[in-house]
Amino acid sequence: MKLLSFIPVLVVGVLLLYAAKDFPEWGSLDAPASKSPVSSHFIANTGVDTEVPNMVTAVLADYRGFDTMFETVVVFIAGMAVLAILKNSGRKKLVKREFEVDAEPDLIVTNTVRLLVPVIQIFAFYVLAHGHVSPGGGFQGGVLMGASFILVALSWDLETALIRFPFNWTTILGGLGVFLYAGIGLLSMFLGGEFLDYSELANIFTVSREMARYHAMLGVEIGVGLTVTAIMFSLYANLSTEGRHQRGL
Amino acid sequence: MGLALFNTFILLLLVVAALLALRVKDLLTASVVFAVYSFLMCLLWAEMGAVDVAFTEATVGAGISTVVLIATIFNLKRKSSD
Repeated sequence: MKLLSFIPVLVVGVLLLYAAKDFPEWGSLDAPASKSPVSSHFIANTGVDTEVPNMVTAVLADYRGFDTMFETVVVFIAGMAVLAILKNSGRKKLVKREFEVDAEPDLIVTNTVRLLVPVIQIFAFYVLAHGHVSPGGGFQGGVLMGASFILVALSWDLETALIRFPFNWTTILGGLGVFLYAGIGLLSMFLGGEFLDYSELANIFTVSREMARYHAMLGVEIGVGLTVTAIMFSLYANLSTEGRHQRGL
Repeated sequence: MGLALFNTFILLLLVVAALLALRVKDLLTASVVFAVYSFLMCLLWAEMGAVDVAFTEATVGAGISTVVLIATIFNLKRKSSD
């Protein structure tokens, strides 16, 4: 069986290698990505339209905002699906697992984490808020923030982390993030523009239409960050305990 | 020349990591090797100038997905029968 499955893998591999020959050179000006009018439009107009120096953020949160909104919804649905599957499926009885030991949280580990977690969380806020200027944004900032709570759960236990971030909050915050994103989109629709056309928010923020897009992008990124933070922690809490939320990894 | 050497080195390590992650019987080791794979990919993205992608790869690929895999393995058998 293994040998049999090796043959299609080999065929596909050879085909892929053969197709890779037709790829343009890395960074080539003749590559379709460089030649398309869309890229040159973004390169020329992002700074003028939105005042955002980091083109990637502007494309992600503004020009392709609809796409990013549903990426956030996908993250939210993934978290809800894991919750729904594991909620009533796990062994209710606490059985001792294969390599589980009863031990106090290690002194060196917990004290290192005590020092590390605030730094990670501040860095997460920096990545989130500074996404307009430097690499980063809602997804990365949210993952960093979620990781800091997972780190607490890993070095003490899940209960300690759940005191800091109660499990009910994950569902609420996850939904709130999607709601914030869609809400900003709907608000710009009610103000006369199209869905997710942030420049209509200029009257609310009392800034120019370009700066309105800049600020609305931050709002949208905060929504993404909330959802990702909550869902990452919820995924960990569910998967490590089979949905019981006690005595985790 | 230096950059080409760097790329070749990383790509070779990538192949080694990918094969190792498939061959290893211990699932915990496999997921850690998988994190190494993600981190090597992150280095490649950063070297190509796609810092945003590199950042995402480092946080999501090497960070969270490893933790989620290990959390899942904790509730399963550790050895792969394959």
